[in-house]
Amino acid sequence: MKKLFMTLVTVFFAMVVMFLVIQYMPGDPVETLAAEISRTENLEINLATQKAISILNYDPNVPTMERLFKYIGGILRGNLGESLVYRKPVVTLVLGALPWTLLVLTISLSLSFTVGVLMGIFIAWKRSRWLNSLLTLWQSVFGSIPDYIIAYLLVFLFAVSLGWLPSRGPYSATVTPGPNWPFISNVIKHAILPVMAYFLTTVASWTIGMRANALSVLGEDYVAYAQARGLSQKRILISYVGRNSILPMITSLAVAFGFMFGGSPLIENLFLYPGVGYYLNNALSRRDYPLMQGMYFIMIVVVVLSGFLAEKIYAVLNPRLRER
Amino acid sequence: MKKNRSTASGFRAFFSVIWRNPLSRIGFLILLAFILMAVLGPFFIPTLKSNYAARLAPPSAEHWLGTDMAGKDILLQLILGSRDVLLVAAYAASFAIMFACVVGIVSGLQGGAVDEALMLFTNVILTTPSFPMTMILSMVIRTSNPLAFGLLLSLWSWAGLAKAIRSQVLSLKHREFIEASRIMGISKVNIILYDVLPNIVSYIAVNFISIMKNSITASVGLMVLGLVPFKGNHWGVMINVAISQTGALLGSGSVTYFLAPVVCLMLFQLGSYFFATGLDEALNPRLRS
Repeated sequence: MKKLFMTLVTVFFAMVVMFLVIQYMPGDPVETLAAEISRTENLEINLATQKAISILNYDPNVPTMERLFKYIGGILRGNLGESLVYRKPVVTLVLGALPWTLLVLTISLSLSFTVGVLMGIFIAWKRSRWLNSLLTLWQSVFGSIPDYIIAYLLVFLFAVSLGWLPSRGPYSATVTPGPNWPFISNVIKHAILPVMAYFLTTVASWTIGMRANALSVLGEDYVAYAQARGLSQKRILISYVGRNSILPMITSLAVAFGFMFGGSPLIENLFLYPGVGYYLNNALSRRDYPLMQGMYFIMIVVVVLSGFLAEKIYAVLNPRLRER
Repeated sequence: MKKNRSTASGFRAFFSVIWRNPLSRIGFLILLAFILMAVLGPFFIPTLKSNYAARLAPPSAEHWLGTDMAGKDILLQLILGSRDVLLVAAYAASFAIMFACVVGIVSGLQGGAVDEALMLFTNVILTTPSFPMTMILSMVIRTSNPLAFGLLLSLWSWAGLAKAIRSQVLSLKHREFIEASRIMGISKVNIILYDVLPNIVSYIAVNFISIMKNSITASVGLMVLGLVPFKGNHWGVMINVAISQTGALLGSGSVTYFLAPVVCLMLFQLGSYFFATGLDEALNPRLRS
């Protein structure tokens, strides 16, 4: 219940901030848009202003509070306006962009989570000095270069120098979108570099977190007892150490997802990958307010939902939270 | 007089701990080099002149790292840029620490409805992705100087620290020495200044470094996207120009123009990371061995 309240407050707050940003943007967006409309469509300035107001869902002539309510009402009814640059409803663009972002993010997140967790538990189990220092080295190098710079270097290495992988767009123009194998393999090929950029920069922090958890679980009495009982190593590792040390990591999933989502404008801009971040950046550089609102709004909603989802997974995996 | 001596010995103890830890020693040296570069560099370097005859030159004896598309020396630009990079990040971290301290301490000491409201606000800030928000805010806040840029970057980066400070304050709140101060009738401001702050200062210092690190990443990110009309030298501007205008990544001769700021960025981040590993121990007398 409290969580639901938090979610609503967050979404509401995000809407208010967006509203205020448009309010205080230098230069009146309505005026700018109206001027553009009257120029491109040969409309009288009054008519153009009317049109601009309806497109932006923003009327400068009514009091601020009333405007805020109208604005929020519009969003609740699913009216995100029309993009100025693409001349399409923002909802369509949002729904077209979201799958691409989710595709890359879910692959990267599950890959780095799985690899990180497995490596973490392995390093904790082996207590290998050599692996530990390798991990520290990895983290200091990849933790200190921003992911978008890594992405540039990956493009330079794999796309420009070696020419192995494509670096632009979600798929080649030569394949027809649909459930056919050439298309799917093409999409996967295009997703490799963005996924690698996320993976390389995040995997070490999962490993380090998991190693710390696993080390503390390994010191528990019940593990010593299990060993004394002569249980197989595999069983101890999976059902005793693994299950108990993975739990705290689940809560970090949502945070990591939100963080990666936040970094998507940079990565997607580099790969010209038509996801939410790419459109957000386009909207900002071309002063496309409705599109900017829409993309930011969906970002908030997805991040908040992922928090919900992580909590659900946590409750399922943690027997202590199960209802009796 | 006595106080001075104790500060001096405190400094000595601080540096000896930093120096004993090999990682933080390396970090300290790297950071020192960058700070010297940022502070002293601009005094020795004349205003760079464009020289279109020598555009995009590869490294040579005259230009150690080659030249950019206007024929300016890259190494000198890098040194000039370090000042704004560090200034922006330091401003951002200072503002963020200030917000976090105010919110965290007030929330922790006051409790009740004030605490609830502040924490709700903090949680909301924490949930909304910060980089996109900073992108959007960059349209409202004119970021032409380091101070405004720092403020912009700090607006969405204080929340995590505020929560951490609050829980530190909560754990301190009922310790004997604070109870004693309260019973003695010492004012809240004095309790905060002399009892609470000294106990969280090592924590704040470690976070200062990490927020600075993140703000540098974010500031360069904003510049790479071309969203910040920043005047002056900044590594982010160099990276942006290198990528967008010289095709540094398509195999042209200007690879150093791209790599030079990237390597500096990496070294600085690495230095901060290493330095921070020993910082907690150095600032917290109880952790010293």
